[in-house]
Amino acid sequence: MRSAKALSGLALGAVAALTLSACSGGGAAPDEDIELRMTVWTSNEDHLALFDSIADAYMEEHPEVTDVTFDPLPFEDYTSTVTTQIAGGQAPDLAWILENAAPDFVDSGALLPLDETLEADPDYGFDDLSESATALWHDDSGALVAYPFSTSPFVMFANDSLLAEAGLPSAAEMQAAGDWNWEGVSAAGSTVNAETGKAGFVIRDFDYTTWDNLASVWMGWGAAPWSADGATCTFDSPEMVEAFEFLHDAAFDAMSMPGPGTTADFFAGESAFTVTQISRASLLDGSFEFDLLSLPEGPVGEYSMVGQAGIGVMSSGAHAEAAAEFLAFFTNPENSQQLAQFFPPPRNSQLNVETLAATNPTLTPEQIENVVIPGIEIGVTRPSHTDSAEIGQEVRSSLDALWVEDADIAGTLADTCTAIDPLLG
Amino acid sequence: MADATTATPGRAHARPGVAPTPPRRRFVPSYARRDQLTGYLFVAPQVLGIALFVLLPLGLIVWYSFHEWNVLAGTFRWVGLENFEKLVTDPKLAPVMEATAIFSIGLVVFNLALALLLAVLLNRKVRGMTFFRTVFFSPVVVSLVAWTIVWSFLLQDNGGINGILQLVGIDGPNWLREGPTAMASVIVVQVFKNVGLNMVLFLAALQGVPQEVQEAARMDGASDRQLFWRITVPLISPTILLTSIITIVGSLQVFAQIAVLTQGGPGISTTVLVYYLVQQAFDFHHFGYGSTLAILLFGIVLVLTIAQWQLRKRWVFYEN
Repeated sequence: MRSAKALSGLALGAVAALTLSACSGGGAAPDEDIELRMTVWTSNEDHLALFDSIADAYMEEHPEVTDVTFDPLPFEDYTSTVTTQIAGGQAPDLAWILENAAPDFVDSGALLPLDETLEADPDYGFDDLSESATALWHDDSGALVAYPFSTSPFVMFANDSLLAEAGLPSAAEMQAAGDWNWEGVSAAGSTVNAETGKAGFVIRDFDYTTWDNLASVWMGWGAAPWSADGATCTFDSPEMVEAFEFLHDAAFDAMSMPGPGTTADFFAGESAFTVTQISRASLLDGSFEFDLLSLPEGPVGEYSMVGQAGIGVMSSGAHAEAAAEFLAFFTNPENSQQLAQFFPPPRNSQLNVETLAATNPTLTPEQIENVVIPGIEIGVTRPSHTDSAEIGQEVRSSLDALWVEDADIAGTLADTCTAIDPLLG
Repeated sequence: MADATTATPGRAHARPGVAPTPPRRRFVPSYARRDQLTGYLFVAPQVLGIALFVLLPLGLIVWYSFHEWNVLAGTFRWVGLENFEKLVTDPKLAPVMEATAIFSIGLVVFNLALALLLAVLLNRKVRGMTFFRTVFFSPVVVSLVAWTIVWSFLLQDNGGINGILQLVGIDGPNWLREGPTAMASVIVVQVFKNVGLNMVLFLAALQGVPQEVQEAARMDGASDRQLFWRITVPLISPTILLTSIITIVGSLQVFAQIAVLTQGGPGISTTVLVYYLVQQAFDFHHFGYGSTLAILLFGIVLVLTIAQWQLRKRWVFYEN
């Protein structure tokens, strides 16, 4: 009997504890002991070590902030994970935001306007921020709601060793001979494939699913997925049809681009060319001679595409003001200079060979001067739109019909417009 | 033992002009009642867990299905039956349900047939049989995502499967990029992952079939085929019921394999209901419509489970 009583008490205690723990949580945010969390999609140890060192320096100056956590989330599900955290009442204080999700975050009012905080410190150099770099991150009232910490151009890496093995001139020689255009790259890729069995050119991370990476090609034809105001689909435009005819030919006839379901890693020496961002230079291991060039010319001539990422402060966070203060410190001129070793900065004063060469040892000053800086200056941001995830899924599933040998290219692109038109309006 | 509840109420302290107050009753539970209370307290954590993590989310899903929730803007708006109307008019739902039906039927039939075949083959007292049982069971304990990623490499156009086919002069298809082969691939990958579990259950059931019944049938002149279909299958029918319920319910919850192998493509040919639900709720932020799809999925699982449970009396041996 006694043991039954004791067990009853124990069980009652367990139930009470569970109930209390389930019902607890939340509460008023204290002014001290502030803990900040920033969601990021990098798990690179060097990146995180740099972030931690900046955060440590900030906490020394601001004892009310006791912890700053950088929370790496998988890149593939990054945006949906952040929104799920927001839905669950666990919004991060600060979040990295991909350019394709920018319109959703900026237009919804989810981000705290930053102008006041950033302009408050005269040493911050708010006016130094590049106008083109910040264009995507202004809300309807014109307020800056995220700091574009990374503005990275898409460039072409070339494997000169593989080109030589196929009996072809180097990429620089192609450029000097006036063959640095998509037709020339496709022809060289076709030869590489025939002579060595390796791949020609690879649009890195496209994998026949991440279709917006193809913008690095179709911009050369002057094509865009939708009109500038985002209201009208232009996938069926003649320019886009021509661009996709080129890509389809490269994948199925010229064999200069790996077909669907075939992988080739440039940095493992498996392809002659790859379009990707300069940050991937860190993957080069010296096993072959490489060169870095601007994107090949298309029918419309020279062009450039940039990928962007911003840091925003979630207005629903418990410590939004403190988070904005930390962001101002994290991105001040000194820390921006440090971050530049991994992320091309949005500050005009730091977009120079000295800064970028010192922090990108893999690249030569000439490559930075001739490729990286012009790429950032004239670069157009990758396509973005509100409801980007749903539009992206519709486009992906529509374009699947295009990646077969006997595809009806114009018909498929028209179908793509039919699929996304209701979402663009 | 004196029982306070049996005392005469109101007499002992009655005074003239003052209304008699009822005596305070002291509740002393009986031994049986205390025992009952102890039992309730023991199950309370589990009941609380189910209430918090099953019933509460179910209730919330129903609540959310009547709302439009914009997570980023922080708005939560009552929309009545709008999400249910969308369910009826959604042009994608029919192909999604078709893909779900093809996947589930393919998975259940292939899984149960292969599991039973393997169990029959491995139900022999032959040296080294334990090794083969371990080999077929081992995928069950392998991480699902790791298993699927390995298969995604094998099924690439220039992957291992086509490499092997090329050795014998066959030009294999692009497994994950063509509609019919993509669905077949997802089914096969899932079957190979979990067939070991059903195989073990069937193996245990086969070993429980009484030897004397089989011997008696043999003496009556039953062939091997008759022995299997007329004796063995009816005697293991409770296990067939169990495995079919587990496999059908499991087939309707498959998500990771689709996400890793095909992302619902090509087109939406492998977009099953769970994958569509997750897309709507978490990728497109349509939490209200996602909740409506979750109710649909819950209804389907419930109906199938009840139907199987009701039908068991017709074909499960011990239920007559």
